[in-house]
Amino acid sequence: MNVDSIRDGIVIDHIAAGCGMKLYRLLGLETLEAPVAMITNVVSRKLGRKDIIKVDAAINVNLDIIGYVDPGATVNIIRNGELKEKKRIDMPEKLVNVISCKNPRCISSCEQELDQVFHLTDREKKEYRCAYCEAKASSL
Amino acid sequence: MKRSIIDVPDLTPEELDQLMDTAEDIIAHPDDYADACRRKKLATLFFEPSTRTRLSFEAAMYELGGNVLSVTGAGTSSAAKGESVADTAKTVSCYADIIAMRHPKEGAALVAARNASVPVINAGDGGHCHPTQTLADLLTIRREKGRLGNLTVGLCGDLKFGRTVHSLINAMSRYEGLNFVLISPEELKVPSYVKNDALKKKNIPYTQTTDLEQVIGDLDILYMTRVQRERFFNEEDYLRLRDSYILTPEKMKKARPDLCVMHPLPRVNEISVAVDEDPRACYFKQVLNGKYMRMALILKLLKEAGTI
Repeated sequence: MNVDSIRDGIVIDHIAAGCGMKLYRLLGLETLEAPVAMITNVVSRKLGRKDIIKVDAAINVNLDIIGYVDPGATVNIIRNGELKEKKRIDMPEKLVNVISCKNPRCISSCEQELDQVFHLTDREKKEYRCAYCEAKASSL
Repeated sequence: MKRSIIDVPDLTPEELDQLMDTAEDIIAHPDDYADACRRKKLATLFFEPSTRTRLSFEAAMYELGGNVLSVTGAGTSSAAKGESVADTAKTVSCYADIIAMRHPKEGAALVAARNASVPVINAGDGGHCHPTQTLADLLTIRREKGRLGNLTVGLCGDLKFGRTVHSLINAMSRYEGLNFVLISPEELKVPSYVKNDALKKKNIPYTQTTDLEQVIGDLDILYMTRVQRERFFNEEDYLRLRDSYILTPEKMKKARPDLCVMHPLPRVNEISVAVDEDPRACYFKQVLNGKYMRMALILKLLKEAGTI
């Protein structure tokens, strides 16, 4: 399967297989008018299988979202058909308005103007907790 | 500088010790503190029912020579009109020097603290935190046992949902030489995240049992909690479990002569009224200690804010 190379845009590579669509949704890529390629289950020497997202537009993506979904992913910035920058991703210490608290007793569930804030509480377990009620973020 | 207290870990172990020292000094020399907060106002914003905690805060402020502005029940406040916690906190900051807030939503005190221009004390935010109860518990243990380390602490009843239990385990895990005995029905055991964070990571020994009578003789502290009916799907299970944890004079015969029995109150039937006469029953002293710790905390926060 061939997907054309892009001239100005981004390639999110080395996404763990199965996480591509989650990332696509959280990054809000469905709202873009530019071409977006979502490639899943690509053979990878490093991962066995991986997903790739290509966006044919010079947009800024929220790296925190990528770090939250898959800290092993890489982001390649393409300009004039050349690789301009390769970004390594890490798990963000804090997530703001990326995910929302599912605890119905949390203040953020009834006061809509509050930012949805989560803190990384256990790096090994990839565990985030709500800044208000400390409820664990439900898995993606 | 303005500072708020949302949970016990907001205070360092040194600050906890200082608060207990202040509380002891207040107990010994109440007159020295009778005007400490003169012309200062505490706003008690209680958006859910509470008797003891609100009265304790209000009594604390009056005994410091201050005044109290009080809101009780969301139905009688602007919250009923849909005002946000943030706006309420900003507004009340214009009237009061310090706020004590209870709210049914978890995290509400944090939102208030971030928006108020005066210190906020969390007086309970849903099932999340109730730090001044833990302050009362710590002072009670220190006064009754003379120390907060080298103790065998039994916690009995609803250890799954009881926020006071989790908070006390966390707070006490900072001290040396502790041994926890967790006494509960299988259905109401301490959640694994509390055991992991407060006990396993710090190598604090603990045992879990369903039998109070078997272990009561080993304990220095017995912290009783209420088994709540609403946690059960089956009325029979509730009644069976509830009745297995009633502390009676007969069970107290098996306990050490210097046991300290505590309870965050209110109790339903988990401690027989006959136990109240036992000198080892400390739960009403705990109520009184709560007032002194709230006085110490109000003083500390108003001093740090430069208000007094």
